[in-house]
Amino acid sequence: MTNSKSEAKAPAKQKMTTWEKNQLFWGWLFIIPTMAGLIILNLYPIVNTIYQSMCKTGDFGKGNVFVGFANFSRMFGDSEVWQALINTIKYAIIEVPFSICFALVLAVLLNRKMVGRSAYRAIFFLPMIVAPAAVAMVWRWLYNSQFGLLNNLFGLKVEWISNPKIAWISIAVIGVWSILGYNIVLFISGLQEIPHDYYEAADIDGASGIQAFFNITVPLLSPTIFFVLITRVIGALQVFDLIYMVMDQSNKALPKVESLVYLFYRESFDFGDKGYGSTIVVLLLAVILVVTVFQMIGQKKWVHYE
Amino acid sequence: MHSMETRRKVERIVVHVVLIFFSIIMLVPFIWMLLTAFKSVSEATQIDPFVIFPTVWTSEAFSKVWSNMNFLLLYKNTLLLIFWRVVCAVLTATLAGYAFGRLEFKGKNFMFSLVLFQMMIPAQIFIIPQYLMVSKIGMTNTIFALVFPGIVTAFGTFLLKTAYMGLPVSLEEAARLDGCNIFQSFLFIMSPLTRSSMVALGIFTAVFAYKDLMWPLVVNSSANMMPLSAALATMQGQYQSNYPQLMAASAIACVPMIVLYLLFQKQFIEGIATSGGKL
Repeated sequence: MTNSKSEAKAPAKQKMTTWEKNQLFWGWLFIIPTMAGLIILNLYPIVNTIYQSMCKTGDFGKGNVFVGFANFSRMFGDSEVWQALINTIKYAIIEVPFSICFALVLAVLLNRKMVGRSAYRAIFFLPMIVAPAAVAMVWRWLYNSQFGLLNNLFGLKVEWISNPKIAWISIAVIGVWSILGYNIVLFISGLQEIPHDYYEAADIDGASGIQAFFNITVPLLSPTIFFVLITRVIGALQVFDLIYMVMDQSNKALPKVESLVYLFYRESFDFGDKGYGSTIVVLLLAVILVVTVFQMIGQKKWVHYE
Repeated sequence: MHSMETRRKVERIVVHVVLIFFSIIMLVPFIWMLLTAFKSVSEATQIDPFVIFPTVWTSEAFSKVWSNMNFLLLYKNTLLLIFWRVVCAVLTATLAGYAFGRLEFKGKNFMFSLVLFQMMIPAQIFIIPQYLMVSKIGMTNTIFALVFPGIVTAFGTFLLKTAYMGLPVSLEEAARLDGCNIFQSFLFIMSPLTRSSMVALGIFTAVFAYKDLMWPLVVNSSANMMPLSAALATMQGQYQSNYPQLMAASAIACVPMIVLYLLFQKQFIEGIATSGGKL
């Protein structure tokens, strides 16, 4: 390989073959739209957001003023940001494990021939295609402490979304409900890769469904489980829609529920402080990168690759 | 043998009990949305006795929200948003995916590492600068503004690149021997073979565009230029306690998508599995 390359290189200094020229021409022509778009829409914004996180947003007509790390020191002293970080992590701690465990069990149960299978699948996947704005409105109504279905059906008097002690759990429950179908889809497609013989062998040996689940399914599905875990944690850390829609600004539980992205939105677009908003979103970026690194390390320890 | 069969039977019953239990949990919010939407305000907020099924089924809430909110316009905005996002994403990702997956050229690896890098960054990072760009060129409150962040897609490029890499080399060699140039071989031989990945990306993009809330709220504040998601959010503020109307509006916003989903369930689930599995 190296040989033929160096051979090809010597004359190529003078001129490339027509084939190489063609590849260069068409290759760049084909990637230019995407690359130009990504540079304008994503790369420049990353740099710009990081720059703005060190700026004080000017009042009308005035530009941004560079203030160095002032926004960061403000943020580190801002108990609301820390609380939002804690809220976000608490949300993820409920949403991620529950949505993964339920989805895993349901995917395994659905991954067999049986009556009503397609109906079950249709039902579980339904929340995936419903706008979170609508989902949140419906759940908010279910949770309504006076007229809501939950309290009236079970004779409770719980303030599901205005009691600071439980509101974050109520929000996370909506999160689990919303994301369950998505996880099931991914698990089912992972399960279909596991050879059926394994289960037949286990069955002949007299293993129960539960034994087969822990000894065959979980280890062989671990790459998928790990993948879903990564995407789900990162997704959960970005929670916004549910909180924005369910929690009124006057809700007394809001401080114990609001997430980092919620704060980012409020600072940047309600208060117009884009500098401080950028600082908060840079913190989010840092948290997500830390999670990614931890997961990369953890992956080596417990994921079983065939 | 006999005990094995009984055990299987019990297992089967347990499986159905679990599945039915979860199905009920998944369905209750939808059922409650519809039941409330068909009630009068007084019946929806009556607790003694609590009313589950409307005693009188009334479509009043539907006709009220239908006349107060311009749903046809909201649907038009949503459809245009979805249409342009899907067209742009599939087109640019197909081109770039082919180049990254099938061609060798200088700078390719560096450019592709930029694509991968952007897939790891949370989208909120981009929003403020993107908004400032749109507002600088005076394009807020337009369909263009809604589509803007989705004109290109790092994830879609990655997805299509993987699809192109999975195609056999011999195909293209044969095409080249037959005198196809790179563009012809891309257009006539290779790209048709990645159709399932294009469909997957299209479905994924469409669902994402339909569900997105923050960007439309930021960029299109005019009621006439909102997609459904943002309009629902704004409406919630105005109709605070008219629950039948809130539920009727939710239903009007959801039901067409649900019908589409039920019709194209197979493609839809495959699309999510293919694209989600690589995200």
